[in-house]
Amino acid sequence: MAADAPRSRWRQAAWYLVLTALSVVVLFPIYMTLVRALSTPASYFREGQPLLPVDIQWDVFGRAFSEGDLGTKAVTSGVVTALIVGAQLLTSIIAAYAFAFLEFPGRRVLFGAFMATLMLPIEVTLIANVQTMRELGWLNSYQGLAGPFLATAFGTFLLRQGFLGIPRDLRDAATLDGFGHLAFIRRVALPVTRPVVAAFAVVSFLSAWNQYTWPRAVVSEGRWETIQIGLRSLSAATVDQGNVGLAAALLAALPVFALLIFLQRHLIRGLTAGAVKG
Amino acid sequence: MRRRTREALLGWALLVPSAAVFGAFVFYPLYRLIDLGLHEKNRFGTAERYVGLSQYADVLSGDEFRSGLSVTIRFVLLTVPIGIVLGVGLAVAANRRLPGIKVFQTIFSSTVASSVAVASVIFLVLVNPQIGFFGDVRYLSLAHTDSALRGIALSAVWANLGLTFIIVLAALQAVPEEIDEAAALDGYGPLRKLFRITLPLISPTLLFLVVVLVIFGFQAFGQVEILTGGGPARSTETLVYKIFNSQQPLDQGEGAVMAIGLFGLTFVVSLLQIGLLERRVHYGS
Repeated sequence: MAADAPRSRWRQAAWYLVLTALSVVVLFPIYMTLVRALSTPASYFREGQPLLPVDIQWDVFGRAFSEGDLGTKAVTSGVVTALIVGAQLLTSIIAAYAFAFLEFPGRRVLFGAFMATLMLPIEVTLIANVQTMRELGWLNSYQGLAGPFLATAFGTFLLRQGFLGIPRDLRDAATLDGFGHLAFIRRVALPVTRPVVAAFAVVSFLSAWNQYTWPRAVVSEGRWETIQIGLRSLSAATVDQGNVGLAAALLAALPVFALLIFLQRHLIRGLTAGAVKG
Repeated sequence: MRRRTREALLGWALLVPSAAVFGAFVFYPLYRLIDLGLHEKNRFGTAERYVGLSQYADVLSGDEFRSGLSVTIRFVLLTVPIGIVLGVGLAVAANRRLPGIKVFQTIFSSTVASSVAVASVIFLVLVNPQIGFFGDVRYLSLAHTDSALRGIALSAVWANLGLTFIIVLAALQAVPEEIDEAAALDGYGPLRKLFRITLPLISPTLLFLVVVLVIFGFQAFGQVEILTGGGPARSTETLVYKIFNSQQPLDQGEGAVMAIGLFGLTFVVSLLQIGLLERRVHYGS
C-alpha cells in the first residue's frame, strides 16, 4: 500500500494534466471570442491576431445593448420563451394526466398521433406554417413566434412516464380522501413527479431560448428579432464593429449557462431522458 | 355508466389544447405541403395549376434535391462519428473519482449552453477566411467549395459536444461498479475493459445519441446561413437551407416536395428513436 502511494499520486497528476488539456481545447473557442470581443478590432488585426486582447474596450458589452439593441431582443426572446415553457408545462401536464390515468375511447390512437408529431419537426412543415402565419397576420408577432411550440409530444411522453410511476397505493389513498382530478394533480401527481417536471421545464427553456430556424422564418422586422437571429444581423456588421456582435453572442449564451451552473441536476436529467435506462 | 362517460369526456377535454396545437401547426401543414407539391404557381402566386405527382417525381430526381441531400448526408457523416468519439473520449476521461472532477465535468458540458447561432458566431472568429484565427487553415476554409462544409461541421461538433458528453457520462455512471471490479479481477487492462465491456454495455445510449445527432444534422440550417450563406458556389446548401429559401410562390411547389423528402428521412430515423424510447418503457425502472 505504502509503495503504491507515490505511483497513484503520479497517476492522479497525469489525469489532471489530461483533463486540463482537454478543458483548454473545449474552452478555446469561447476564450478567443472573449479576446476578440474585448479587443479594438483595428488594433487587434494590426498586432496579427494575438492570444491576448489588444486595446481593451470594457464597454463592449454595454455597446451590445446600446448599438446592438440587445435589450429589446432579449425581452422578445424572454417573452417568447416564457410563453412556450408555460404553455408546454400546462398542455403537457393535462395531456399526460389523461393518457396516464383516464379511460376513454381512442386513447391509444390519440397517443400514437401525439407521438407522430415527433417526426414532423418545424424544419419539415416550415413553408406551410409560414403561409398559415401570413394568412393569420401573425408574422412578426408573439403568437407567430410561439404558436407552433405551445404543445409538445416529448413533454407529454416524459410526464406520462412520470405519472405512471406513481404508486398505486398513493392513488387509492387520494381517492379515499375524496380528491378530485385537479386536487390529485396539484397535491399528489405534481409534487411526486417534481424532478421530472423540473427536468422537462429546463429542457423546454433551453430549446425555446436557443431556437433559430423558426424565428428566422416568421420575423422580417428588426424589432421582432429574437436574440438568436439578432446575432446573425450583428455578425454581419462591419469588421470595425465586429466585436459588438461577439459580445452579444457571449451574452446570449448566459441564461442557458446559468441553467447549467445552478440547475445542473435538472438539466442533465432532462437531457438524458430517454437516453439512459433506469 | 355515467361515471365512465364523464371520465371519457374529461379525457378528451384535457387533450384538446395539445391536439389543437398539433392540428394547426403539425398535421394541417403536412396536408398543405402535400397539396403545395401537387401544384405549380406562377411568379406572383396569382395563378396555380394542378400538376399532380409529376412535380414530386421531377423534384425528387432533380439536381437541386440531390445536391441538398448529398450536402446534408455529408454534413451528418462529418459531424456524427467524430462527435460521438469526442464525446465518449471526454466522458471516459471525466468519469473518475478525483477531487475537483465536477469542475472539469461542468467545463466539458459547457457547450450545451451555446445555441446554433452562438456557436456559429463563435466559429466565425475561428474559421472565417478574412478574420478567423484559423482563417488560413486550408483544410477548414470556408472560402473553398471542397472544405467549407468541414468548417461548418466543426462548429456543429463543438456545439453538440456538451450534450454528447452529458449523455455518455450519465450512461457510464450508471454502469454498476461490480462490473469494474470483476473486469479488474479478470485482468482486463483499461483499454480492453473500455472496448470489450463498457462500450458494449452503454451501446443503447450510443445508438440513441447517433439518432439524435443524425436528426440534428438533417435539420442543419443556422450554421450554414451564418457561416457561409450556402456558399461558396452553393456548395454548402443543406436540404433545410434550400427549403428555407424556396418560399417564393414560384419555388414553393419544389420546396414543399423537398420538405416531404426531408420528412421521409426524418421518418425513418424517428421510427428508430421511438423504438428506443419504447425499450426504455419496457425495461425502465
